[in-house]
Amino acid sequence: MPQGVLVFAEQVDGSFRKIAYEAVSEGRRLADTLGEAVTAVVLGSGIEGMAGELGKYGADKVLAGDDPALVDFAPEAYSNVLLDITKANDPRILLVGASSLGKDLAARLAARLGAGLAMDCIALEVDGDTVSATRPMYGGKVLAKVALEGVPQVAAIRPNVMEIAEVPKGGDIEKVEVNIGTPRTRIVEKKLEAAVKADLTEADVVVSGGRGMGSSDFSLLEELAQILGGTVGASRSAVDEGWRPHSDQVGQTGKVVSPSLYIACGISGAIQHLAGMGASKYIVAINKDPEAPIFKKADYGIVEDLFAAVPAIIDELKKRKE
Amino acid sequence: MDIVVLLKQVPDTEALIQIADDKTSIRTEDVKWVINPYDELAVEEALRIKEKDGGKVTILTVGPERAVESIRTALAMGADEGILIDDPAARGSDALGTAKMLAAALKKTGYDLIIAGQRAVDDDGYQVPSAVAELLEIPQIAMVIKEEIADGKITCERTVEGGTMVVEADLPALFTTQRGINEPRYASLPGIMKAKKKPLTNMTLADLGVGAGEVGEAQAKCKIHDMSFPQERVSGKIIEGETAEAKAAELVRLLAEEAKVI
Ligand SMILES: Cc1cc2nc3c(=O)[nH]c(=O)nc-3n(C[C@H](O)[C@H](O)[C@H](O)COP(=O)(O)OP(=O)(O)OC[C@H]3O[C@@H](n4cnc5c(N)ncnc54)[C@H](O)[C@@H]3O)c2cc1C
Ligand SMILES: Nc1ncnc2c1ncn2[C@@H]1O[C@H](COP(=O)(O)O)[C@@H](O)[C@H]1O
Repeated sequence: MPQGVLVFAEQVDGSFRKIAYEAVSEGRRLADTLGEAVTAVVLGSGIEGMAGELGKYGADKVLAGDDPALVDFAPEAYSNVLLDITKANDPRILLVGASSLGKDLAARLAARLGAGLAMDCIALEVDGDTVSATRPMYGGKVLAKVALEGVPQVAAIRPNVMEIAEVPKGGDIEKVEVNIGTPRTRIVEKKLEAAVKADLTEADVVVSGGRGMGSSDFSLLEELAQILGGTVGASRSAVDEGWRPHSDQVGQTGKVVSPSLYIACGISGAIQHLAGMGASKYIVAINKDPEAPIFKKADYGIVEDLFAAVPAIIDELKKRKE
Repeated sequence: MDIVVLLKQVPDTEALIQIADDKTSIRTEDVKWVINPYDELAVEEALRIKEKDGGKVTILTVGPERAVESIRTALAMGADEGILIDDPAARGSDALGTAKMLAAALKKTGYDLIIAGQRAVDDDGYQVPSAVAELLEIPQIAMVIKEEIADGKITCERTVEGGTMVVEADLPALFTTQRGINEPRYASLPGIMKAKKKPLTNMTLADLGVGAGEVGEAQAKCKIHDMSFPQERVSGKIIEGETAEAKAAELVRLLAEEAKVI
């Protein structure tokens, strides 16, 4: 009989991603409705020490797959291992965080399990025997409720949406044997930024610049983001100009973010951009054109040259900190 | 090199989306339909590979009759032939059902390389290509911004959180596109004329050798049972003030005291 909730908890270089806590917390909530247990899975190299931390967020048990071959989150090797673990544990529900690699992992697993998968969910509910998931479609223009059927039911949850709750449980660590199989792809090289910035999808504050930035000099936004503990994003125009990397693009053909605070600087507010940030808790728009459509979606708007407004905001924030 | 592009027709990103009376689908009338933007990147990349190494580019779509228009557009860009899988029994398939049909068709056409979009901007599913590769048991690489093919191998640079990774695999393989991989060309007028004469085949489940009991709504394990609109954002306040400094001070006060986000 399938039982319980299995949660994949993503870590990088020995630290859990925020989405890992969100996923375990959500798993706990679902398991409580079912009256069943939460088993978290941590994969990586040298991760056994950190695994117990998940007990704090409601994991009854933590399966640790510790193997040098798992040092990088390679979706293929990870899916091979997680497939074995899923089969051995026979969970009712499998939760994965919908980070970029997490999406990749969830899609592979669902296909191999022949399971139903709800991608990028913003809410989950247990409804009798099925999981009912709410997920945005059409670039967030529509919210769909989808029902999953079969066993297991797989849901990938959108980062930064679900609440992290401390619900201490046993968190007993169990080591699992790992067999990565024979991956069909090989990682040849990693080109990661030296200082790994918080990923856009996980950042609590996002400061984005658009064509109004006028050049690749985003230092003002970097400074504002740094003071607020946030990350810098960009509109597609800024990316197309070559001012920012593609990974910074927010929108329907970029990343979808839902921070507590989104500050749009020199961004007009095109529908494709709104698709990527419309679910932010608070939106601030800084634009010198009072007619810019972004003001219609912003909680707070400042009609001003951004090169005057942003330094003034930085000064004000510094004053407050003192 | 036989390259197959998985192409989906989707509503234009500018389109006004309205929910149909059944509350589980959208109204399809008055919608402008286009090639999924990521699939447009896939078509372009396929054409570039063909221009360099030779070969054939086939467009493969599961969709209703109207999807022919999008296939024709891809043919006008330079693809060689198109296949539309359209069968009433296939309607309502979930990602896995769609992937089963695509995989069955791919087994029939043969392929050295399959290129798909990372996601379709209608269902934002991020699933079909992965399932296709799993069903065909071939390597897959997602979110690719650069690829190179040599000696029966493909080397791809893919985006990951915080940077990129270079991944290689033997052909046949599947990869999905990420923005930045290329700028898709427009269909030229001569291209559009030529496209009219290019082969476009219709396939049914019977042609694919897929049983009606394997796909379609009844088999779907992920089903939409309700659709609604998210809460509309209402425009908030424009912060007044004599100077940029005054406005900045007021904004920071509001963020701290009203919104409580800083
Ligand atoms: C299929 C498709 C997909 C797309 N996907 C995306 C996507 O994922 N993300 C995305 O962002 N876009 C996307 N777009 C593009 C989108 O339609 C817009 O073109 C783009 O978002 C505009 O970027 P922008 O606001 O930076 O530039 P603009 O629209 O040019 O706006 C610049 C703004 O800056 C203001 N400004 C200029 N100088 C200053 C200054 N000194 N101080 C203050 N304000 C100033 C101007 O008043 C203006 O409002 C997509 C388009 C298509 C067709
Ligand atoms: N009906 C379809 N026909 C052909 N290709 C599809 C179809 N649905 C999805 N795809 C491919 O899979 C990609 C991702 O789609 P999705 O998993 O729906 O987000 C798309 O960009 C297409 O390349």
